[in-house]
Amino acid sequence: MVDLKALRAEMDKRYKVIEISEQRTDLAFLECDKIDVPDAVAYLRDHEGYVHLSFITCVDRLEDEQFEIVYMLRNHEKKHDLGVKTKIDRKNPVMDSMHNHWAAVATYQRELREMFGIEFPGSPGVNRPFALESWAGPPPMRRDFDTRKYSEETYFPRPGRETHDPAEHMKKTQYPGRADL
Amino acid sequence: MTQMPDREKFPVHTGGVENFDLESGRYMKVWQGPQHPGVTGNMALELVTSGDEIVDLKTHVGYLHRGFEKLMERRKWIQNFPLVCRICVPEPDFNEYLYAAATEELAGIEIPERAVWIRTLNLEMARLTSFLMWLGGQAGAFGMGTIGQWTVTMRDFMLDLFEELTGGRIYHMYIVPGGVRGDVPQGWFSHVLTTLKNVEKVLDDIELVLFNNAVFKKRAVGLGVITPDMVDYYGITGPNARASGVARDIRKDRSYLIYDKLDFDIITGISIGVDSDIFGRTRLRAAEMRQSISLIRQMIDKMPEGPVHVSPPNVLHWKIPAGETYLSAECTRGEYGYYIVSDGSDKPRRVYVRGPSYTHAVALFEHMAPGTNIADTAGLMVSLHTYPPEIER
Repeated sequence: MVDLKALRAEMDKRYKVIEISEQRTDLAFLECDKIDVPDAVAYLRDHEGYVHLSFITCVDRLEDEQFEIVYMLRNHEKKHDLGVKTKIDRKNPVMDSMHNHWAAVATYQRELREMFGIEFPGSPGVNRPFALESWAGPPPMRRDFDTRKYSEETYFPRPGRETHDPAEHMKKTQYPGRADL
Repeated sequence: MTQMPDREKFPVHTGGVENFDLESGRYMKVWQGPQHPGVTGNMALELVTSGDEIVDLKTHVGYLHRGFEKLMERRKWIQNFPLVCRICVPEPDFNEYLYAAATEELAGIEIPERAVWIRTLNLEMARLTSFLMWLGGQAGAFGMGTIGQWTVTMRDFMLDLFEELTGGRIYHMYIVPGGVRGDVPQGWFSHVLTTLKNVEKVLDDIELVLFNNAVFKKRAVGLGVITPDMVDYYGITGPNARASGVARDIRKDRSYLIYDKLDFDIITGISIGVDSDIFGRTRLRAAEMRQSISLIRQMIDKMPEGPVHVSPPNVLHWKIPAGETYLSAECTRGEYGYYIVSDGSDKPRRVYVRGPSYTHAVALFEHMAPGTNIADTAGLMVSLHTYPPEIER
């Protein structure tokens, strides 16, 4: 069990913590200012026992014009997961690199640069393509990248092929005459 | 003797770029993969060799990228359920369980007890099946193709059980949000017990043939050592970490499903007295296969009666309240996790799949390969148990 109030008090002394919320007894999320994140994560790793990095990912908050970057850490002794979140500007997506913290961070940052277009200056090999060699389009995991539009413009449909909206199609074929659906 | 790379003699890396003068005639670039029998799945290794010694390795992925995470953002919650199992071919059930459990947590659905037991049984069977395939690969990488044929035969018998239970051999689509798709067929438990007995018999043979084989011992002992201080820095989980003596197992740590009601101990390299080289990791995984068999027997003994499914709301209009969660489970390779964000609509906002191979096949493998012989690359890679589809998703 982790005492989140005590953790918050410790973190407040050092960094600007915006919010801390508990999802389960073994999972909490902590939101920090962008500038504090590398130090806060290093503090959590070195002094609070969150030694394992599960993953780094990004959630595109298109409507707020923000990217939310999530660093998921695990404390093996207290059996607790902590997601450290921060929001960065979507128009100028730059984040401090943390490749010295864990070995896998450089790979995650490489993927985030490719999929979301977030820059991590100084991260080793960050400009090498990860999964999308010779991809010239916009970063594909962004919400405003329309996969359907892209494939319709790039590829040609096979003649005679039709596509159904699943809800409408199910209503017609599986539950004919049911008005309540 | 332990083989560790003598990093002093290799050229320096600056900013992730190697400074090899390929014109000098001292180095040669070799591509292993993406089509190569020694590579697990579609993944390419860019090797720089000096003689037959590897001085640099870069992992290249992207040959399998199907954009699962992007696809899931455009599909309804229930439409993603037949999609997630495709992320990892040899053991799809962990994807099904984690996706179902995470959506249930966000939607606040409680599932019946028998469904929880059947889920656990399903996951342990998937573990055994996946380990059988892996064991054949590991032996095959060191030239013992016969063992691969034995294990693939046994895996097929396990797939028969899955077919009887779920209707599908490879992709089961059995663990649905709300429980499992159907109850156990009549007489199925006795079929499981018979197959387990056969698997055990073959395991005895394999242990005799593999662990007493002079070639395997000469090549695998001392190769690919993972030390305990590497575990946190490289994010190593699962058998790769446990072989180095670090007792971490999410089945014990998080005690999800019914693992707290089953009798088992974490198997580490120390507890079975092996080193954390390829030989030790193979011993450890063989021990975990026996542990899996024991867990399946315990579950069949204690399986409660009752319903196996609660209906979620109309799945065509199913909206899940806004929230986010991260769930992890111990798969054969380590920590498998799903991070799901919902914005309250009928489609997920973001699904992130955390596969253990992400660190094992890239950061860790790139660190371990320099200094080894080019002929050992395949064995070393298989010993880390990497599956490329979960790297690129």
